[in-house]
Amino acid sequence: MLKNYFKIALAVLKRRKFFTFISLFGISFTLTILMVATAFMDKILSPDYPDYKRIRSLYVSTMEYKNTKEGWMNRSDVSFYFFEHYVSTLKTVQKMAISSNAKASNAYVNNKKLVIEYKYTNADYWNVLEYQFLEGKAFQQREIDNAELVAVISEETKKAYFGDRKTVIGKYISADNINYRVIGVVENVSKTLYNFSGDMYLPYTISKDYKDIDLMGGYNAILLAKSEANVPKMKKEFDQMVKKLPLPKDFDKIYCNADPFFANITRRIAGDGTSNGLTKVVSIISLFTLLFLLLPTINLVNINITRIMERSSEIGVRKAFGASSKTLVYQFIVENLVLTFLGGVIGIILSVIVIHLINGANLISNMHLSMNFTVLFYSLIACIFFGLFSGVYPAWRMSKLNVVKALKAQ
Amino acid sequence: MIRLQNIEKVYRTDTVETLAINGISLDIAKGEFLSIMGPSGCGKSTLLNIMGLLDEPSKGNIKIDEQDISRFSDQKLAKFRNQKLGFIFQSYHLINDLRVLDNVELPLLYRTSSAKERKVLATAALEKVGLSNRLKHFPTQLSGGQRQRVAIARAIVGNPQIILADEPTGNLDSAMGNEIMDILINLNKNEGTTIVMVTHDESMAHKTHRLVRLFDGSQVQ
Ligand SMILES: Nc1ncnc2c1ncn2[C@@H]1O[C@H](COP(=O)(O)OP(=O)(O)OP(=O)(O)O)[C@@H](O)[C@H]1O
Ligand SMILES: [Mg+2]
Repeated sequence: MLKNYFKIALAVLKRRKFFTFISLFGISFTLTILMVATAFMDKILSPDYPDYKRIRSLYVSTMEYKNTKEGWMNRSDVSFYFFEHYVSTLKTVQKMAISSNAKASNAYVNNKKLVIEYKYTNADYWNVLEYQFLEGKAFQQREIDNAELVAVISEETKKAYFGDRKTVIGKYISADNINYRVIGVVENVSKTLYNFSGDMYLPYTISKDYKDIDLMGGYNAILLAKSEANVPKMKKEFDQMVKKLPLPKDFDKIYCNADPFFANITRRIAGDGTSNGLTKVVSIISLFTLLFLLLPTINLVNINITRIMERSSEIGVRKAFGASSKTLVYQFIVENLVLTFLGGVIGIILSVIVIHLINGANLISNMHLSMNFTVLFYSLIACIFFGLFSGVYPAWRMSKLNVVKALKAQ
Repeated sequence: MIRLQNIEKVYRTDTVETLAINGISLDIAKGEFLSIMGPSGCGKSTLLNIMGLLDEPSKGNIKIDEQDISRFSDQKLAKFRNQKLGFIFQSYHLINDLRVLDNVELPLLYRTSSAKERKVLATAALEKVGLSNRLKHFPTQLSGGQRQRVAIARAIVGNPQIILADEPTGNLDSAMGNEIMDILINLNKNEGTTIVMVTHDESMAHKTHRLVRLFDGSQVQ
């Protein structure tokens, strides 16, 4: 029986090319966008090179002052002084990776300008984050203490500045007219990880602002706990330390948070010192996803109703020759499942192509998206669910049709 | 074979009530070939649909093959139609999405039969109506007479005891009409199939065993 339904379904889909096309297009397009969006989310959210220790980590990147009486507020990145002077005293922080914001400098290769984004980091930065060194190694505490002009550069920068040269260790790279000795080359980091991506990494001791005595500055840090279980303790200790910070002039409150990875992002997008914006961002994303899925579903139901209505005479004939309402409902559901399944397959193929194209076009530098197979699995389940949902109602309605009326409806 | 008792059918719309069948009782014997005639709108199709269990009467009783139909469930009714009845409609009602062979196989789909069996039976039925060379065509690629013959093949493929035909020759020229009529007569003679046929054509009606005339929902002869 099922085989017959299949055969009928394929025959019908083949004959009704327009409806089939519209439906397939809707399903596969929706699925593709969903897949690409989740691949993108996945890229941002799941542990990725070089930041693999997210479950043991908390991220600190904003400092906020408030004057609650007057309603003033001031918000900025965090100072190196704050990390060194306050955070480093916390017992639960096993290691701390400090890095500055990206700054741009100009280098010249064959009279062509090359913009090099550089960051200052501390020594533990290279211990917390797992950069892959293609050659050389990171700078150690000794180089930092001596404020040596040494640099770790990315593979991309090596290529752009030195060309196809095999090794560049010991060579000098000149940015903004300062000569840095290259001591290491690391694999490129996706730009989506903007805290860790960069063209060149330098010891913080050669920056100008690391000694400024101020809570606000141009740095951020990852605090690494001994284990996942210690993270809540670390957060608590951090919060207590923040409460005791000396209040700056004109303000009566200081907010500074050590957040998990995602909350750290949402706080910057949608939150403030008191709320991390997680609920807000998650609800907005969910709402959009729901709307995004709801529209094609309604559309599909609509197309299905028309498609099935058009075939009322067929329903009449089938009933006259011995199809029960139940059998007819099955037939239409199978038809719909075949349709959604085909749409799903096309959607997957499209997703692979689109992701491949995005990767190839290097839309965001060094970002490599990959298909998330869990998402793929759930998308297929969703597809089948929508197939059922969008087929059951019209099929049920039509199967209840009186045979004579159905036959006359032609 | 078919027993109708005091059948009434009222069509109700918001504004009017139409009494399409007004107290008809009819006994049709096994193996009988009966024709129904009457002016347009007198209720012939309605009566045939009621006999074929496609429509419910407003009042009255139907027995087919000694079985009381009124308490049948949807499932049981479907099975009953599938096994005992074959329909031929005035406007063919073939499924345009399916090929001729698949159209004819349709009644067998709702039985337990293998694909092979179905193909054999459907091909045989099409052979009987002289269309064995059109198996792969779609209905829209056939002439009216050919379509009606496909419809007949579909009606007989399941070997039903009763065939209900609503003006099977209505849309055809007289030569084609006679051909169709011969197929039905042979079916009746050779297989003993009970046939009820609605027609407008006196000459066709006279070829059958018995003629029933309707006027305004009542039997007049
Ligand atoms: N669905 C309906 N709603 C209301 N009235 C209907 C409906 N179907 C049929 N009728 C009415 O019932 C009467 C009988 O209709 P029926 O189709 O049985 O006529 P008929 O004898 O088959 O006519 P014809 O020879 O033209 O096919 C007609 O007066 C018609 O208007
Ligand atoms: Mg009629």
